[in-house]
Amino acid sequence: MIQGAALILLCQLAGEAVAHGTGLPLPGPVLGMLLLLVLLLLNDTLPRPVGMGFLAPAADGLLANLSLLFIPAGVGVVGRLDVIQAYGLGLAVALVASTLIGLAATALTFAAVARLLHQEAEA
Amino acid sequence: MSDPASTIASSGLGDFGLWVYLSRTPLLWLTVTLLAYVAADRISAAFGRHPLANSVLIAVALAAGMLAVTGTPYRTYFEGAQFVHFLIGPATVALALPLYRSRRTVWRAILPMGAALVVGALAAMLSALLIARALGLPPSVLAALAPKSVTAGVAMGIAEGLGGDPALAAVLVLLTGGIGAVTVTPLMNALGLRDMRARGFAAGLAAHGIGTARAFHVNPVAGTFAGIALALNALFSAILAPIVLRALL
Repeated sequence: MIQGAALILLCQLAGEAVAHGTGLPLPGPVLGMLLLLVLLLLNDTLPRPVGMGFLAPAADGLLANLSLLFIPAGVGVVGRLDVIQAYGLGLAVALVASTLIGLAATALTFAAVARLLHQEAEA
Repeated sequence: MSDPASTIASSGLGDFGLWVYLSRTPLLWLTVTLLAYVAADRISAAFGRHPLANSVLIAVALAAGMLAVTGTPYRTYFEGAQFVHFLIGPATVALALPLYRSRRTVWRAILPMGAALVVGALAAMLSALLIARALGLPPSVLAALAPKSVTAGVAMGIAEGLGGDPALAAVLVLLTGGIGAVTVTPLMNALGLRDMRARGFAAGLAAHGIGTARAFHVNPVAGTFAGIALALNALFSAILAPIVLRALL
């Protein structure tokens, strides 16, 4: 568990270092995720893969409670709703409509291309 | 007399003195955040994980209500809550594990994902900006609105680069997440889409981490694809936003 947490933090640290060092428009944690993925894939090629045993409890524990992590930022938004009020209706309409359009466009494109390529989801 | 509790009691402040002390410690507000989450998760489960009973929104309402009732400034609250907030970074890294576990499913869907990323990111950003411009919002607000589907930390950087207010960008990002998490399930059902890969990918692309949290509640495959969409869109929108905004203004 602690080993897993250390590995996750190490990947994030490396990601932050690369992001700040190179000025890439990618956030450090996203680069850290890519790094961890590469490590896991390399691990596959080893005769005796290591790490899954201690990585899984830490990673799954975090992801199972993903909702928790957005509460502090969300509470901050409640305190700044006055910013929204200045442009109230326009922003509300733009946010709701564009979110629905974005969701629908993404999912429909995914499903259409998958059908075109005969890559429907396995049951 | 050296005991702090008796000092407070003898100073005539009573319970209020204890409250003044506790309300300034990170411990109290970290505890409030966790309790709000536990309560919200129970409420959400009691409603059968109905989309409207979103656990993030309920927990935020509970914690914000507590701040309002006690008159606590957000800065004080965040001193405790920052320990939870910090974990967003490690959780993003941890998304590599479900991605790794379902690598074969993911690899098979690489083309649908690429197409959905381009179309979805463009649709979300363009529709938001066109509607906002038609309703007369100023360019500075448009700059904060452009990255609204991107995960908060990246969106703030994008908005700043475009000349928008990063704080407003963060507010719009979180509102978008809430709207997406509540609407994604009914919308996908109405569209008749049953492919959990498509549904999850849409949730992560349009509603970043909050949409991904919702997707993991519904289905592990949906959650995995949401995590991929979140990461891909952070990269793609960072490139796309300046181009789209320049074309519109």
